[in-house]
Amino acid sequence: MMEKKQPPKFLDHLLAWYCKEDLLEDLQGDLHEYYYRNLSRGKRMADLIYFLDVIKFFRLYTTRKPKLIRQMNFFNMMGNYFKTTTRSMARNKLFSFINVIGLAISMSVGILMISYISELLSYDTFHEKGDRIYRVLTNYKSVSSEDALDLASTSIFIGNKLKEDYTGFEDLVIMRRNLNVDIENGENIISANGLWTTEDFFDLFSFELLSGNPATCLTEPNSIVIAESVAKKLFPDESPIGKVVPLLGQEHYKLESATITGVVADPPKNSHIQFELLGSFSTLQNYAASLDAPTTFFNSYSSIWMNYVYMSLPAGQSPEVVQKHLNQVAAKEAENHDRFAIKFELEPLNEIMPGRDLSNQIGPSMQWEMIYIFAVLTLVVVISACFNYTNLSVAKSLRRAKEVGIRKVVGAGRSQVFGQFLFEAIFISFIALILSFGLYLIIRPEFLELISEEDVANLKFRPIQAIYFVLFALITGFLAGIIPSIIISKLKPISVLRDVTRLKLFSGVNLRKVLLVVQFALSIGFIIAATISYCQYEYSLNFDLGFKTENVLNIDIQGDYEEVLYNRLSELPEVSKISRSGMVPGIGEVWGETAKYKDPLDSTSIFLNYIDRDYVSIHGYELLAGESFPYENSDSTMHLALINEKLLKRFNFETPEAALGAFLIIDQGETKLRVIGVVRDFHYSKISDEIQPVALIQDPENYQVLNLKLASRDMVTTLGKIESIWNEVDPVHPFNAKFYDDQIQRAYQEYQVYFKIIGFLAFLAISIASLGLLGMAIFTTETRMKEVSIRKVLGASEKGLIILLSRGFVVLLLISAAIAVPVTYLLFDTMILADMANRVDFGVLELSFGVLVILGIGFLTIGWQTFRAARTNPAEMLRDE
Amino acid sequence: MKGTNIGEFEEVVLLTIASLMTEAYSVNIVDEIKEVTGRATKLGVVHSVLNRLEDKGMISSDLGDPTKERGGRRKRFYQVTHAGKVALIKSKEQRDRLWGSIPDVVFDGIK
Repeated sequence: MMEKKQPPKFLDHLLAWYCKEDLLEDLQGDLHEYYYRNLSRGKRMADLIYFLDVIKFFRLYTTRKPKLIRQMNFFNMMGNYFKTTTRSMARNKLFSFINVIGLAISMSVGILMISYISELLSYDTFHEKGDRIYRVLTNYKSVSSEDALDLASTSIFIGNKLKEDYTGFEDLVIMRRNLNVDIENGENIISANGLWTTEDFFDLFSFELLSGNPATCLTEPNSIVIAESVAKKLFPDESPIGKVVPLLGQEHYKLESATITGVVADPPKNSHIQFELLGSFSTLQNYAASLDAPTTFFNSYSSIWMNYVYMSLPAGQSPEVVQKHLNQVAAKEAENHDRFAIKFELEPLNEIMPGRDLSNQIGPSMQWEMIYIFAVLTLVVVISACFNYTNLSVAKSLRRAKEVGIRKVVGAGRSQVFGQFLFEAIFISFIALILSFGLYLIIRPEFLELISEEDVANLKFRPIQAIYFVLFALITGFLAGIIPSIIISKLKPISVLRDVTRLKLFSGVNLRKVLLVVQFALSIGFIIAATISYCQYEYSLNFDLGFKTENVLNIDIQGDYEEVLYNRLSELPEVSKISRSGMVPGIGEVWGETAKYKDPLDSTSIFLNYIDRDYVSIHGYELLAGESFPYENSDSTMHLALINEKLLKRFNFETPEAALGAFLIIDQGETKLRVIGVVRDFHYSKISDEIQPVALIQDPENYQVLNLKLASRDMVTTLGKIESIWNEVDPVHPFNAKFYDDQIQRAYQEYQVYFKIIGFLAFLAISIASLGLLGMAIFTTETRMKEVSIRKVLGASEKGLIILLSRGFVVLLLISAAIAVPVTYLLFDTMILADMANRVDFGVLELSFGVLVILGIGFLTIGWQTFRAARTNPAEMLRDE
Repeated sequence: MKGTNIGEFEEVVLLTIASLMTEAYSVNIVDEIKEVTGRATKLGVVHSVLNRLEDKGMISSDLGDPTKERGGRRKRFYQVTHAGKVALIKSKEQRDRLWGSIPDVVFDGIK
């Protein structure tokens, strides 16, 4: 009668938790007696009354005293736990090995991620006023485009406007980028990149000025502060302060020499503002004043592409106040400008890096999304290894049951057994931590190489990370050990000691199956993802871009000697053809402009490149109509241009021939183009983007790259010859030449990086899952050895036995494949590759490859164990009985 | 300890335990009080009084044998100790003495 209706279990647990042990049994009995009486009024009513009773009996005299002594006991028992842990590890060497190795592999990735992410989070934390510093962001939307641009940069105008009208901030600094110069000191010449900045720079930021006066060093025009590393190279033996040095590269601002007024320590790696020198803003101001023009970059509201405004607010003041003022300025200025709309926003310093997706970053940047993706992938691998531990420990718990039974009989409470097994898991995870640190040191340089493109971290060890690592090991151990500890500590001593074989760990079996399926589904997903990203990479490299790149060497020109270099290089016999261009298309870089045809209101954005006559033939552009440029353009007021089919269609020309001789206007009417030819569409930007309208323009003013078509068997010697010519022409700048094919390969490197990272994680996930499967297979066959032997004696065939033992695992593997394949396919099909214009088609082959690999490894693992079991001589097993 | 004096409800509980002899466990005590005095008491009240009386040394308790009822949980049976008995007798004597000193006239018409 009473089996059917019972009071809610959790209320019993609640009572048992707070009630003194000597009062518990009879009090609970009393309450149950009332419960059965109350059942006549309905189960719900009885439950409710029971609930109220349990609550009401929470009184001073019924509750336990806080068990300080009990907690002390745990520490007393630590020695014992340590001993049993090491003994049980030694007894099950294979399982301990699987556990430790699996955890170590996954934790090495874990601590790599912890180092990486903690380094990213440490960005800009060294500024004393850091929590009060804000940056002005600009949101720009031109009338003709649909999308607004979010910029990290802003105008000098708004910086000065804030200074004039407003006093609600402490310090305000305006900066301008691209202070790229060659500094000379006698024989020494050094290239340095830096920033223009106003004089409050050192008040606002905590960059360390090593010598010079922080208040005045950036006040005077034509003064610069150089970084320590530059100072050491330029002036190895003397103090640079007060020296006047010639500068090359900023002639357009009329800056040809400058006085060094200070030396600043190199900015730390974890600063989003990086510079090798700082130039005084008053230099720019003087230059702007000398221009006899009403609007210059210095006072134009829309000159928002190169400048940065940072400010600090007084402690306790909300940025809202400044934001309101910025909104007012924007609203007022909007009346004067109808071609575009500009909005301003304040961004706190500590949200800059890692931060939002902004254009025109001042320095290295990293978005939160990337960090999330890294963290989730890592978590998946770590949790997979925790599953292994959980699985094996639950399976093994049968063997530890007697130990637990004895412990409980001798007086251990459930919480103590729980503590013991959790201690064991954490102990193992600490051993794994030590191993994983070794692995981490091995994979660190590889990872740095992979992320070298972004150059945001150097992964130097910092002491605080030791704490993170220990915490990480604690959490990993806890996650791995929590489920087995709960299951094992639940064991009832009577049932364990009476007959272990009758003990049912039913919850464990299903749990183990689910965990195995999850592990293998993840492995299959990873391997498919890796395959697809590799296919996309290969596909991109072999894609027909619409032009030829074989044996084309692109050399960056870094000074005003293009004509000389062109002539010198064309004399080389190895150079079969030579041409000049503004930029290198097809590798992600784009130059844009707006173009109009007849209708002055109908403008379109186009991509463009400046090229000369031979560029077309070197790169094999296919001319549909017209011809390439003449060597000399006699008319200096008019540029000649080739357009592509997209631009042809945009301006509604019927045929390619119809466009010949047409005039286009670009650069807001500054430049006129005469179309002399039409080229077949080619991929100007990356192949993940659609083809856009393009104009190729002949304009000697804008050539910055030399394109050399080489015909040589010995590229190394040829490159050596070219470099020696370069060194004669330009002794200052490093020789920067790249083969076009290599540049394209670099442009699609991101797929290769994805492939490497995902492939590595796939390898880890597979290793961990296979280790787990191996453990489970060993365990299952061992526990069923007697059964197998008896079956064999009774005449079962080896084949039949192998099928019997492996059937369960095979079903699990097939289930995981059935889950993983469609999920991964949909993920890539609808999300990751969806917005690419040109994507690789992946079919059954790519999808089944991963599944086959995983299933193959899985079957091998199981087959090995079951085969071994099936081959065993039954007499060996049964003799002892 | 509050001394040897007992409160009114404590006295009722003590008397009930004494009257129930070997069957005095909490649920029975509650039922008996209700039956004899008509007072609907709650287990919680009786339980805390029992606990207090045990603290004062008026009653002692033992766990009985496990039975099939109550999910195999044992009952706690209470006996009145010597001190309890003394307190009960003392209380009764006090009242008897007071009763003895009241002239019959006072209750005229009620008895």
